[in-house]
Amino acid sequence: MVKEIERVGLPAVQICAIVPIALTVGANRIVRAVAIPHPTGDPKLEKEEEIELRKKLLRTALIGLSSGIQEQTVFKSEDLPGGKK
Amino acid sequence: MENVKVVHYLNQFFGQMGGEDKAGIPPQIKEGPVGVGQLIESESRGRFKVIHTIICGDNYAAEHLEEVESTILKWVLESRPDLFLAGPAFAAGRYGIACGTMCKAVQQKLGIPALTAMHPSNPGVDAARKEIYILEAGDSTRDMRRVIPKMVSLSQKILDKVPIGLPQEEGYFPRGIRINIRAEKRGSKRAVEMLLKKLRGEPFETELPLPEFDRVVPAPPIPDLSNAIIALVTEGGIVPKGNPDRIEAHNASKYCEYFIGDVNDLTEESYQTAHGGYDPVYANEDPDRVLPLDAARLLEKEGLFAKLCDDYYVTVGNVTAVASATRYGHEIGERLLKEGIQGVILTST
Repeated sequence: MVKEIERVGLPAVQICAIVPIALTVGANRIVRAVAIPHPTGDPKLEKEEEIELRKKLLRTALIGLSSGIQEQTVFKSEDLPGGKK
Repeated sequence: MENVKVVHYLNQFFGQMGGEDKAGIPPQIKEGPVGVGQLIESESRGRFKVIHTIICGDNYAAEHLEEVESTILKWVLESRPDLFLAGPAFAAGRYGIACGTMCKAVQQKLGIPALTAMHPSNPGVDAARKEIYILEAGDSTRDMRRVIPKMVSLSQKILDKVPIGLPQEEGYFPRGIRINIRAEKRGSKRAVEMLLKKLRGEPFETELPLPEFDRVVPAPPIPDLSNAIIALVTEGGIVPKGNPDRIEAHNASKYCEYFIGDVNDLTEESYQTAHGGYDPVYANEDPDRVLPLDAARLLEKEGLFAKLCDDYYVTVGNVTAVASATRYGHEIGERLLKEGIQGVILTST
């Protein structure tokens, strides 16, 4: 689906747990999710921490949407400004 | 070498009825060969006799596939050929689907060997490659002279019960059939040798090719995020409680669009997952774990992007046919583009 959305000309980032599958099916912009049953959450965390984690994933996804790329790219949270610590 | 009676299937174009204006014609049967059929006869040096040619318009076949199939089965049964050939269809999609479907039906339901040829991009390949031999053809009639002899020779092998070679030897699409063969070296040796070749950057051939998927040129990035409207899409099946549109738990037949313009947080009380392919406990407890609406709202408030799209799109990505997913993605993309959305965040489970 994400590939077809890109095909019409809209940048689309896929947040998914199994990056190799996203690469195989041809997603261009990829962010690694937490896990299959909860891609943007982690039930082990406290509610506040979990929201922070989600925000971080979305920020990473937004970096993906605003980055010009030539080939399939996996965006990491380290790509965030100030993320490398 | 006995003579081989052939029934040959063609579309309106190769059947010399006309072009796209004749694509709506229903199936008709003619005595003897037409066009390509004559080439098949001469290529077989007179062994093949095309006793009947069935011609059907591409649109008619695509829109009435089952009806055309039963008509053709009836005619073929009456005609009693030794072989059923269709096409070649080259890259013509509707024609390819018809060729694949008719060959499959004739071979499976009447027990008459059937064979066709088409280009790898033709959707007809996936329609029938597992059931019948489909030879690889070029994307246009330029390849006719090369592919017809291949169709004739593979047909003869099938009829004469000569062992059929591997797909790459014979030029047909792999049928997903595995045959035991005795290799000279055991698996561990072959694996290490392959690995060494790979490490040395030498060419090597995998014993288990993975399916290939086509690639899309990356879309241009959002130039100014702070002015952009972003949409959320999920394959994880997050729907309003009760799943009002009944998205199926697997092989979803649709995608849906739900208004979230006045929602800041997805809760257990109002949303749930309809997905049948993962443990739903975590998603049902907090649907934001699959469709990250609460965090998206916070980032919207922070001004990281201008606005979140008032609707989100959802389907269930669980053994959903590639063709369906392709269509959903395309339609969702078109709709979002029209609505002035500049970027999409899609989550999958």
